[in-house]
Amino acid sequence: MSLLNRTAGALYRRPRLRLSLLLTAPLLWLAVLYLGSLSVLFVSAFWTTDSFTSEVVKVWSTDNFHELFTVPVYRQVILRSIGVALAVTVLCAVIAFPLAFYTARVTKPRWRPLLVVAILTPLWASYLVKVYAWRLILSQGGLADWMLKPFGLSGPGFGLPAAVLTLTYLWLPYMVLPIHTALEQLPANLLDASADLGARAGRTFRSVVLPMVLPSVAAGSIFTFSLSLGDYITVQIVGGKTQLIGNLVYSNIELNLPMAAALGTVPVVVIVVYLLAMRRTGALSSL
Amino acid sequence: MQLSRSARIALRVAAGFGFAVIYVPLLLVLVNSLNPDRSASWPPSSLTLHWWSVAWQNSGARAALWVSVKAGLGATAIALVLGTLIAFAVARYRFFGRGAISFVVVLPIALPGIVTGIALNSAFSTVLEPLGVGLGLFTVIVGHATFCIVVVFNNVVARLRRTSGSYEEAAMDLGADTFRAFVDVTFPLVRSALLAGGLLAFALSFDEIVVTTFTAGPGIETLPIWIFNNMTRPQQAPVVNVVAAVLVLLSVLPIYVAQRLSADTATASRV
Amino acid sequence: MENVVRLTPTLKAVAAVATLVLAATACGSSGSSGSSSGGLNPPDLKAQSKLGKSEGEVNLIAWAGYVEDGSNDPKVNWVSDFEKQTGCQVNSKVAASSDEMVKLMKTGEYDAVSASGDASLRLIASGDAAPVNTNLVPNYKDIFPDLKLQAWNSVKGKAYGIPHGRGANLLMYNTQKVTPAPTSWAAVFDDASKYKGHVTAYDSPIYIADAALYLKATKPELKIKDPYALDQTQFDAAVALLKKQNADIGEYWSDYLKEISAFKSGDSVVGTTWQVIANLTADEGTKIKAFVPKEGSTGWSDTWMISAKAKHPNCAYQWLNWIVSPKVNAQVAEYFGEAPANAKACEETSDKNFCTTYHAADTAYWKNIAFWNTPIEQCLDGRTDVKCVPYAKWVQAWTEIKG
Repeated sequence: MSLLNRTAGALYRRPRLRLSLLLTAPLLWLAVLYLGSLSVLFVSAFWTTDSFTSEVVKVWSTDNFHELFTVPVYRQVILRSIGVALAVTVLCAVIAFPLAFYTARVTKPRWRPLLVVAILTPLWASYLVKVYAWRLILSQGGLADWMLKPFGLSGPGFGLPAAVLTLTYLWLPYMVLPIHTALEQLPANLLDASADLGARAGRTFRSVVLPMVLPSVAAGSIFTFSLSLGDYITVQIVGGKTQLIGNLVYSNIELNLPMAAALGTVPVVVIVVYLLAMRRTGALSSL
Repeated sequence: MQLSRSARIALRVAAGFGFAVIYVPLLLVLVNSLNPDRSASWPPSSLTLHWWSVAWQNSGARAALWVSVKAGLGATAIALVLGTLIAFAVARYRFFGRGAISFVVVLPIALPGIVTGIALNSAFSTVLEPLGVGLGLFTVIVGHATFCIVVVFNNVVARLRRTSGSYEEAAMDLGADTFRAFVDVTFPLVRSALLAGGLLAFALSFDEIVVTTFTAGPGIETLPIWIFNNMTRPQQAPVVNVVAAVLVLLSVLPIYVAQRLSADTATASRV
Repeated sequence: MENVVRLTPTLKAVAAVATLVLAATACGSSGSSGSSSGGLNPPDLKAQSKLGKSEGEVNLIAWAGYVEDGSNDPKVNWVSDFEKQTGCQVNSKVAASSDEMVKLMKTGEYDAVSASGDASLRLIASGDAAPVNTNLVPNYKDIFPDLKLQAWNSVKGKAYGIPHGRGANLLMYNTQKVTPAPTSWAAVFDDASKYKGHVTAYDSPIYIADAALYLKATKPELKIKDPYALDQTQFDAAVALLKKQNADIGEYWSDYLKEISAFKSGDSVVGTTWQVIANLTADEGTKIKAFVPKEGSTGWSDTWMISAKAKHPNCAYQWLNWIVSPKVNAQVAEYFGEAPANAKACEETSDKNFCTTYHAADTAYWKNIAFWNTPIEQCLDGRTDVKCVPYAKWVQAWTEIKG
């Protein structure tokens, strides 16, 4: 028997060896490189910085977290960021649902792939370019002002609403796609059965469609929530003077990395809690 | 589901409005790339292809494109290997910590990019500096691969869940050993999922800016970094518009291909 | 086919030990390595004694407009000639603030930096900047005397850099949208609500000094002498003024290009600026004016400093000599809009009145400009009865001001 044959046989007989061979490289990468660097960052949150020279002082201290909890501006910013993330998620869900329903169930089957491509194409346009396009739209005398002038209104300009609007636009495809997939796979016989039992469209939607699509909405919301919570570039470009948690982390990175790390643990904790909550709805398996 | 006529019309209008909103900013970029006035005032006074010819000769954009392609290919290759390995482990075995692994795989893409960025940056500086190695393209690839793993993982796991393991067992009954069964039976079954996952991973890496800013060395300029550095520069802004328009137009084909490939998997989502 | 793999007790133990080891390494050492920030005690570094061979390249950190190689405007280029004459390839990184410069210098990947007074002392104290041997910079002798060996570029008579030039922060306004023409900083403080949502300010904690400067003129009872030496009461007053201003601010700017585009589109109509931004904005067709208001202004005196960890020190010294040579110093000064450091540069400027307009040799003028400086606990104005607010608190206050 050749060496290859013998190895194949040995592998077949030892599932534990097969599994460990499969898992070694990825686990080294994820656990050691990624989780390791995250935990080192978390540990550095317990260090401080010399205020004059900005050198990191590697002495254990909870000063950063104490500051985080006592200084009111940090609380404000954290709550504002979570609010923005939730607002973006809700807006995305509300806009994505009719869109996904149309592409998944109302259009003829042969148009569906093309419509899905139409939804996915903007994802390839650079994130920065899209945000900057919105800056042009929202700026003084830009497209938004131009379109609203006949109504006597003016655009929102730069600020928190502009940031929420832009973020909703950016992450919309992430919400549309999982909902589209779920709606597409909805077994038609369930809908027929519901109609047979006397339910009209609205009732069927509420009682049959919605519960079955919820895991996908949750899956989409993971992206819209986490991507909005940590975003700082969009806020810098269209958010005017608004500060979100990402901006605070960014402004502290230069001279106070321990404080930036402490600030960074907040969105990490929020997102992990959100992920664990979503896991129960089965969202992670319908990503 | 029977929808009333008015409901269908309302849906059609809502969908039309949705698509319009999605495409208006992109059309604005396209129109601005044709705007002779550098300041992108609205409405444009006329249309010109002047910036397209300037962009074609712009060496900075071409160099950045090439760097992005290299980074994307490297990250995709690593993600394909690691993602497939984990997918096989999770789909075909039951073991302690399986749920935890699926959770950890999602983290790089779920956690804020800035946190991942500074974590990797600190890790690289602490580990690589004593060895005399600085940040460079290689660190960018490592950063990108980390969050591209989940894209490949999801596609392959979905495909593996839909193909039962009995194919491999049948192959083994017919005399194939472990390697033979993989090459002749398993691989062809997951090939299209790998391709779809790879395309999506490449797209993800191609457009990434946040983690890249923290892991790129001083001389490394991927396309998003080039765009970031140039999109506000008065002389270069129109060129950036052209580059963006080109990206959108060129991307339609790979997206269509990826869609067709993953159309039969349980999850045809972006991730 | 699903394989069930159970962990044997040994494997479980191995996993537990591995986790513990990981945690232990993550905790790392807890030795202290702090340096006292009581006074300015720079580490004892030696300046280079002689110039060696060019290393072939040099990495610079600079303010926007200081290192121009023709990519922004083909006619504005003093880098290519340097590269041709010395063989040192120039790689430059534009930094938006002094904080960013301090951070970049810490990485050790750069050779020289054009530091303002609020960065230079920090770099000296932390040992990131090395003393400069002025004998190795032949053009140093022609520098204006009131720039040499000042409080922000030297310690105990040891020079830590070569002066680049100096300038003032200006008030810029859109002449079509802001009427009547402002004469005082009140346009962005007490009268800012007139242009609510369209006022801009420099996004850096050092801007608190601008508020202090305004209060020095409008609230003399606070007895502010030096806007960088603020005791708690004076500091709180400045912060309160800035929090009030925040309501009228549209956006803060740190990237000079952002300010140009904001003024061009009309999103900002009044705010602080640098001369180079005003020049570029005017080039873009916006009708603006920039000037020093009647209360005076903050400003900066920039110094080229060499990194203690410079990998290309010889090219760095050659760059320092190049940038303060008469012709090049004149070019930079005219492009950026600042007073040159080299007295001979005044003969090389294309505008013969340039040096007069920018008060290059006017020592008295510069006494009214509050150069960026680093606030420390020992009051910079000499008071010993109170403690002044150090820069770290300025940084924290700035986050609170932005809200």
